[in-house]
Amino acid sequence: MKTAISVSNLFVSYDGSEALKNVSFTVDKGKLVGIIGPNGAGKSTLLKVLLNLIKKDSGRVELLGKSIKEMKTKIAYVPQRSSIDWDFPITVIDTVILGTYPNLGIFKRPKKEHKTWAHECLKKVGIAELHNRQIGELSGGQQQRVFLARALAQKPEMYFLDEPFVGVDVTSEEKIISILKELRDSGKTVIVVHHDLSKASDYFNELILLNKELIEHGNVERVFQPDVLSRAYSIQFPSIIGEGVSS
Amino acid sequence: MMSFVEAIIQYGFLQKALLTSIMVGIICGVIGCFIILRGMALMGDAISHAVLPGVALSYILGINFFFGAVFTGLITALGIGFISNNSRIKNDVSIGIMFTAAFASGIILITFMKSSTDLYHILFGNVLAVRPSEMLSTLIIGIFVLVCIYVFYKELLVSSFDPTMASAYGLPTKLIHYFLMTLLTLVTVASLQTVGIILVVAMLITPASTAYLLTDRLWVMLYLSAGIGVLSSILGLYFSYTYNLASGATIVLAATVLFILAFLFSPKQGLIWRSIKSARKREMHSQS
Repeated sequence: MKTAISVSNLFVSYDGSEALKNVSFTVDKGKLVGIIGPNGAGKSTLLKVLLNLIKKDSGRVELLGKSIKEMKTKIAYVPQRSSIDWDFPITVIDTVILGTYPNLGIFKRPKKEHKTWAHECLKKVGIAELHNRQIGELSGGQQQRVFLARALAQKPEMYFLDEPFVGVDVTSEEKIISILKELRDSGKTVIVVHHDLSKASDYFNELILLNKELIEHGNVERVFQPDVLSRAYSIQFPSIIGEGVSS
Repeated sequence: MMSFVEAIIQYGFLQKALLTSIMVGIICGVIGCFIILRGMALMGDAISHAVLPGVALSYILGINFFFGAVFTGLITALGIGFISNNSRIKNDVSIGIMFTAAFASGIILITFMKSSTDLYHILFGNVLAVRPSEMLSTLIIGIFVLVCIYVFYKELLVSSFDPTMASAYGLPTKLIHYFLMTLLTLVTVASLQTVGIILVVAMLITPASTAYLLTDRLWVMLYLSAGIGVLSSILGLYFSYTYNLASGATIVLAATVLFILAFLFSPKQGLIWRSIKSARKREMHSQS
């Protein structure tokens, strides 16, 4: 099976304090993978490294055997809802059309075919009727679906989602996860930073358990065990003491 | 109003003043939309003040205003970014430190210039005294800025709305930021004669904010903002001419009055409709 993501010996730090230490793993194509771990474990940092948004201190990252730079238009990113300005003067459909930009290139404008495609993506997430609304008028779940539709519009090979289920209603959560599973079945790779442990075992094929270091990575059955999880979640206290001593 | 129209037909200086203020209304209105949507109102104020030492330097060196203005404007923008990225100083504070420093150096440099009326005109503008060469440079800057916005509309939209997505797919978001800062210094120079350095920020953010209260679409906001900028310029010039008031200040107050109207009466965002709607809702619930 083809390797989608390969990370080896990854180190990342912010102003000298380490956020990720010696992280290595590979993810095969066509998997739905959850990144879990306690607060401050470096989950979002890992996602940002995979998107080339922050510099790594050392290590290698390859996506489908290529560098991130070569793959940047083939990766879709669904941001945390809290990072978006919901008062921005933009409608639902225009937000989805943004997803066509990476493949358009500079100077070129989206045409009618792009708009039609954006409508289809909106239909797929089940909120086509809201296309003319300003994005702030939608509920949390609907907003998250708009951004998933934007990702679909990009026709990427990989999807990266940052905490997509925070503040989202049950219907939207079910819709989103069923679309993610569909994408996985069609051979796309989907990586989700996830907070809520309760659903993790139903949603994902594989889990990456982080706490600055890679604690465990593998099938859900292997990672989602109390003794494995406690290694990530209890290590929090000694690691804080360790930092205090070193500084 | 009739005598104002007659005066325009009759006097060349008034025609030039009107044309120049209309152009300034358009370009400030358009660029202002991006300034307020990116949360850079304070930055706009800073850059416009930072143009002063550049103007003074150009004067002393005998070169065109633009070079000096763009130079000190960009140095200040880079300095602001450098301080807030490399220390615990927050962005608004670093803006305050840098632009007051630039402005102060400008005031000192300008004392080397011949007369103090120059300083007064640079700070507050005097559109009724606009020269043909200045009108032409406003026109050239205006066309350049509008073409840039048109060509890079897509990139400006996505990097303003979702900078993370923009840089993830490879847009140079930092470069776009400094590109916008460059356009901002150009717009400030173009507005020197009309509203002056101190008040140009009003032309940047007030019409754009009025438009922001009236629409949910960026492209509509751009046209509305330009239109509101033009309307403010015409109204301001009319009152300035008729009642012999300072032109820059009158134009700015006209823009403020239009903002207040939108703030109160905007169909979706206006204070009045919003309170009527919530009062109706409460009444409905109390009856049931």
